[in-house]
Amino acid sequence: MDSISSGLLDAFALILTLDSDLVEIVLLSLRVTVTAVAIAALIGLPFGAWLVVNRFRFRRYTISVLNALMGLPPVVVGLFVYLMLSRSGPFGVLGLLFTPTAMIIAQVIIVMPLIASIAHQTIRDLWAEYHDLLISLNASRAQRIKVLLWDGRRALITAVLAGFGRAIGEVGAIMIVGGNIDHSTRVLTTSIALETSKGNFAFAMGLGIILITLAIAVNLAIHSISRTERASTW
Amino acid sequence: MVASARILPLELTGVVARAFGKQLLGPVDLTIGATGLTVVMGPNGAGKTTLLRVMHGLRRISAGTVVWSVDEAVARRKQAFVFQSPIMMRRRVIDSIAFPLILHGVDKRSAKQQAKDWAIRVGLGHVLHDWAPMISGGEKQKLAVARALICEPEILFLDEPCANLDGRSTREIETVLKQAELAGIRIIMATHNLGQARRLASDVIFVHGGKILETTPADTFFDTPRTPQAKAFIQGDIVE
Amino acid sequence: MKRPPKYWRAAIVALFIATNAQAAEIKVAVTTSFYNSGLSDILLPVIRDDLDLDVQLIVVGTGQALRLGRAGDVDAILVHSRKAEDAFLAGDFGTHRREIMYNDFVFIGPSADPATLSEATSASDAMQRIKTTESSFASRGDDSGTHKKELSLWGAAGVSEEDLSTGWYHAVGAGMGATLNVASGMDAYVLSDRASWLNFGNKGGLALLYAGDPTLFNQYAYIPVNPLRHSHVKKELALALEEWLVGPKAEDLISNYRINGELLFTFNAVRN
Repeated sequence: MDSISSGLLDAFALILTLDSDLVEIVLLSLRVTVTAVAIAALIGLPFGAWLVVNRFRFRRYTISVLNALMGLPPVVVGLFVYLMLSRSGPFGVLGLLFTPTAMIIAQVIIVMPLIASIAHQTIRDLWAEYHDLLISLNASRAQRIKVLLWDGRRALITAVLAGFGRAIGEVGAIMIVGGNIDHSTRVLTTSIALETSKGNFAFAMGLGIILITLAIAVNLAIHSISRTERASTW
Repeated sequence: MVASARILPLELTGVVARAFGKQLLGPVDLTIGATGLTVVMGPNGAGKTTLLRVMHGLRRISAGTVVWSVDEAVARRKQAFVFQSPIMMRRRVIDSIAFPLILHGVDKRSAKQQAKDWAIRVGLGHVLHDWAPMISGGEKQKLAVARALICEPEILFLDEPCANLDGRSTREIETVLKQAELAGIRIIMATHNLGQARRLASDVIFVHGGKILETTPADTFFDTPRTPQAKAFIQGDIVE
Repeated sequence: MKRPPKYWRAAIVALFIATNAQAAEIKVAVTTSFYNSGLSDILLPVIRDDLDLDVQLIVVGTGQALRLGRAGDVDAILVHSRKAEDAFLAGDFGTHRREIMYNDFVFIGPSADPATLSEATSASDAMQRIKTTESSFASRGDDSGTHKKELSLWGAAGVSEEDLSTGWYHAVGAGMGATLNVASGMDAYVLSDRASWLNFGNKGGLALLYAGDPTLFNQYAYIPVNPLRHSHVKKELALALEEWLVGPKAEDLISNYRINGELLFTFNAVRN
């Protein structure tokens, strides 16, 4: 309990003084996670919708695999991306290891199945409602996907926020592919891991509180933005 | 009003529809001509809905053919369907009515203007900007009719559109349908409401047990039905 | 053993770097033990000023540092495990090793000291006391320099691997900080490098119980990754950094580095 209260004090001090290291770490955390979630959503949302409206032979298997990938341990993804991006690996020439880009790549892989899976499940329900109408109106497959994504956007925002939550708190993968390099690839979660391993529990707790506050702030911001667009209590 | 390449007549030949091992419809031979308002009548479970959906292409058939006078791809675009339970999109009323036009490439401003006109025509002017799933049952069905007619189809299918509506809404929708018929739109409507059938039908298709028992002009059907089932039905008996 | 290059060549390289507008950067894999000492926080800014070189440290266990070096994902490594270093060089993954400094390992344990380590006369004696009392012991268990040192000490004390697979021995499988955390939480004995211990923030009921045996000395060596294996490594920068690390300014900073008034490292690099 002592760690938590002194952690709160440490956190307040850092925020009030706008500690430059803290600001740098927070901005990098946001940059990596927001970019990763945006890319994952751009791929995952249409893919989830596509799986709903498209009937093909291995659809059921694909959906099962997608759901299973949600449980991918991040550290395994990190190891895989490391082996891919390592100088001794197939994509080593790109020199991406230990950069924020590598961290973004790892997080996209972690988050995309989650977003796609949730999107698929919610859009499936909407498709059941819209099915007869869209077929009657001769909507093409692409048009069906567009309509489902737009009309179902409330639930999809939830999917994206779930992805954000997963990514902002992730540490295993980005530690391996980013290297937690000071002023380069160090973010909130890896800082917390580092401080914890040094035994600086209070400070680590403070950073943890900042992380949670950040996640809550982002969620609140998204929800308030989406509310102004709606006409009723949907 | 209607484009030159007419999709009618529609020919059904030897059509059979099955589901889960049960035969819902057929075998059915039927010709849908170019004019009139046809009412498809019959007791519940007779196969009226199945027949309509087969004609519109919403249900696959296990045997037989459904042939339009033009290429099927062309014919698909000239039809519209109003469901028994109106399918409401999660949009405003005006956007819902405009949706089919926008889907087919009409620019947004023009589509919304046409949608506004149609909304007023069916009596939805006062709920233009309301959320479609929140309006009343009667209003929803009127929206569905407006949405169906806005693309100027050559044929309009309706599956018991007034089944769950009060008298006033029913009257308002029937008025719109009569206007559509006058404008040259072919209407095929399923109903088990005798009064409505008498009011609207120019001819009747009587369905029973998945088979078409009678196809006659309206007066003939109501005055002198041929089959005992039709007779019983008109009298108000329960027909099994 | 190959001869290290002359100082003057590196000086010219340093001059070359210094005249560039943007700071060059180099990736060096270092061990958690080294990083936890806090010495890098002192050295890196000075290196940046002197060499206009941005040293990016990737802090991992010795095993991972060697793997990164083998894969060519870093330009140089700084580790403290002689056997592993020799194997690394034997495989031609590095060009040479340069000793920089050493510190020592210390025995940490619960202040109650059930194994009476405070009375130990040597490292072997200390380890035997732990084994006979079967007191809880937390090991790095991660193939790191510290871990390898610990295993060699068990061996020298006549304790076999089988003896270590019984309930009192806990292989944590993590860095020094995490292992100290576990020891603190379990009130267990642990072998730590002095620097990590002095900097550790969660000492709890732990205390330094035994130190001083020469077998506990811990030599740090710098190894540039072999450019013949990985042509992209920044070999001039790696050499420039090496020369700085064995230079007078580094000697001054390292020899005077203290935690809570205690000296940590002994600078023992040989200059040409």
